[in-house]
Amino acid sequence: MSLKTYREAINEALLQEMKKDENVVVIGEDVAGGAGTNGEQDAWGGVLGVTKGLLKHFGRERVIDTPITETAIMGMASGAALTGLRPVAELMFVDFMGVCFDQILNQTAKFRYMFGGKAVTPLTIRTMYGGGLRAASQHSQCLYPMFTHVPGIKVVVPSNPYDAKGLLTQSIRDNDPVIFMEHKNLYDLSGDVPDESYSIPFGEANFTREGKDITFIGMGQTVDICNKVADTLKKEGKTSTVLDLRTLSPLDEDSILEASEETGKVVIVDESYPRCNIATDISALICQNSFDSLKAGIKMVTPPHTPVPFSPPLEDLYLPSEEKVLSAAKEIL
Amino acid sequence: MQLSREELIKAYTGMCMIREFDDAVHYEFAADAMPGFVHLYVGEEASAMGICMNLNEKDTIASTHRGHGHCIAKGCDVTDMMKELYGKKDGICGGKGGSMHIADLSKGMLGANGIVGGGPPIVLGAALTYKTKKTNNVSVGFFGDGASNQGSISESMNMATVLKLPAIFVCEDNGYAESTAREYAVGGSILDRGKAFGLDSHEVDGDNFFEVYDAAKQVIENARNGKGPALLHIKTSKVYGHFEGDAISYRTKEENERIKNDEDPLKIFKKKVTESGLLELSQLEALEEEAKGKIKIAIEESKKAEFPSAKDLLTDVYIKY
Ligand SMILES: Cc1ncc(C[n+]2csc(CCOP(=O)(O)OP(=O)(O)O)c2C)c(N)n1
Ligand SMILES: [Mg+2]
Repeated sequence: MSLKTYREAINEALLQEMKKDENVVVIGEDVAGGAGTNGEQDAWGGVLGVTKGLLKHFGRERVIDTPITETAIMGMASGAALTGLRPVAELMFVDFMGVCFDQILNQTAKFRYMFGGKAVTPLTIRTMYGGGLRAASQHSQCLYPMFTHVPGIKVVVPSNPYDAKGLLTQSIRDNDPVIFMEHKNLYDLSGDVPDESYSIPFGEANFTREGKDITFIGMGQTVDICNKVADTLKKEGKTSTVLDLRTLSPLDEDSILEASEETGKVVIVDESYPRCNIATDISALICQNSFDSLKAGIKMVTPPHTPVPFSPPLEDLYLPSEEKVLSAAKEIL
Repeated sequence: MQLSREELIKAYTGMCMIREFDDAVHYEFAADAMPGFVHLYVGEEASAMGICMNLNEKDTIASTHRGHGHCIAKGCDVTDMMKELYGKKDGICGGKGGSMHIADLSKGMLGANGIVGGGPPIVLGAALTYKTKKTNNVSVGFFGDGASNQGSISESMNMATVLKLPAIFVCEDNGYAESTAREYAVGGSILDRGKAFGLDSHEVDGDNFFEVYDAAKQVIENARNGKGPALLHIKTSKVYGHFEGDAISYRTKEENERIKNDEDPLKIFKKKVTESGLLELSQLEALEEEAKGKIKIAIEESKKAEFPSAKDLLTDVYIKY
């Protein structure tokens, strides 16, 4: 066990899985960097350095820099997964799914079902998402609901370094296409991470706080906000349950209902656009299955239904924050 | 090439404004005074100016993530642009877009773009408007060597030929896409791709304003006269890295020096016009100083300007929450 950042935890999972299984290859734009140049090879290791260092272990045959061509990247990775490799393809920013969604939506997600169960597609797509870096409308989106909408894809949203390593290991070993979503604000977050390899099963949400007055449900970066608000409320004598969903597909429905029933008061914090997002989905789940246990209307803290603005004060207003979550909680406490 | 004194002055003024703007952004960003991602155009100025001096206000361009130069060359106000980079309310897009999304439709600037390969399909649309309405206008789509590998670029070139659109594709080939060399990432040649899709395709020395200007003049005139689309493959180089903060470890020191010293389009322009007696050195230096002054003011005003207010978050979108 040692202290590692979210970035290092992801890097370590890749390194260990690549060592363990020679079918694992990393594919993407500048995942090593420096290809064809007279300068440093492995010059970038991904835009934010997450894959840095893999090149020296595995060479360019397994750390594959590509042209800028997301459709071909996603298609190539899908086809390779279908025929014997276990690729980890990088979609640099999730916003770029717009360029290549057919290969994900209509191809890789459908193979297994559409081919009558004959296909196995062990593909992992790693991608960065989320706001806070002043990266504006086309580099800040939180698009996981676009993937949860599609049957056949698993959707993973780690909130901390420990989960990032265990869930990425599981993603790579899993035989279905997985989209593994890394919040770009979390890369420098540190936490205890075992040095040895381990995996965390999908569909098992994590209770990070247990209490009896109110329940917060978060995912990815919003888990940290929920935890902080729970700690603030504790000082005021109120105890909270906090549930980190960890994976959005599969969704741990049992834990969601359990967490909701523990307190009867639920605040869901979701950074994605407010229409048809995870918060609305969970809210519907709770209302359908345990309406009688609710003591107040469910609160959802999400951004407004606008693109992500560039200007720092606007982006701060746009994103879910501790203040917003606390005031939503106080409305129902 | 027959450029008047006024035109030469306009060309150099434009290139100086681009240079000063992006040099200033380089320093401001390094001083942590500026939010977000910025991609600088220093070293490529002759391309934007050589192309845009052949366009009128009704012609349009679509730009890239490295768009400041295109915006300035197409007539966007530098103070409004600078305010945008600082996220200010009076920025050219109200602070909502930032560096990668500068647009000014009144100037024919249809937008920078955060999506590599996002612009050229939009250019097809503008060109379709001009063809349908018989306006004799043209639309120009800029993209990089890296972007040339996107399907959207191939699809756009093909459609432009099929519909004989007044669309000009300008590939600004600076040798790198992020840290990846063109030699690695581009199969075959960019010029041949244009030819393969039936475009009138030319390779141009992008460090030489006059070469760009001449090549652009010819293909733009042709497009205006209904002769269809063209590709200019402009060979150039960028002084700074991919974005601000890039250590540029994929380029050698010698290469960085060469780009700065031997491939500077401003130096090359200056040498040409002074040696041929078209303009005086002192005149050119005065233009440089003038540009410096304007950018200094743009920065001062931008820093003083107000941020948007909370209500601005919910405007310009069809649903209010
Ligand atoms: C669809 C898409 N893929 C990847 C990126 C990330 N990205 C931004 S700029 C860039 C390199 C572009 O290279 P090039 O087209 O040569 O332009 P240059 O930066 O050299 O001007 C990349 C990969 C992006 N913004 N959009
Ligand atoms: Mg380039």
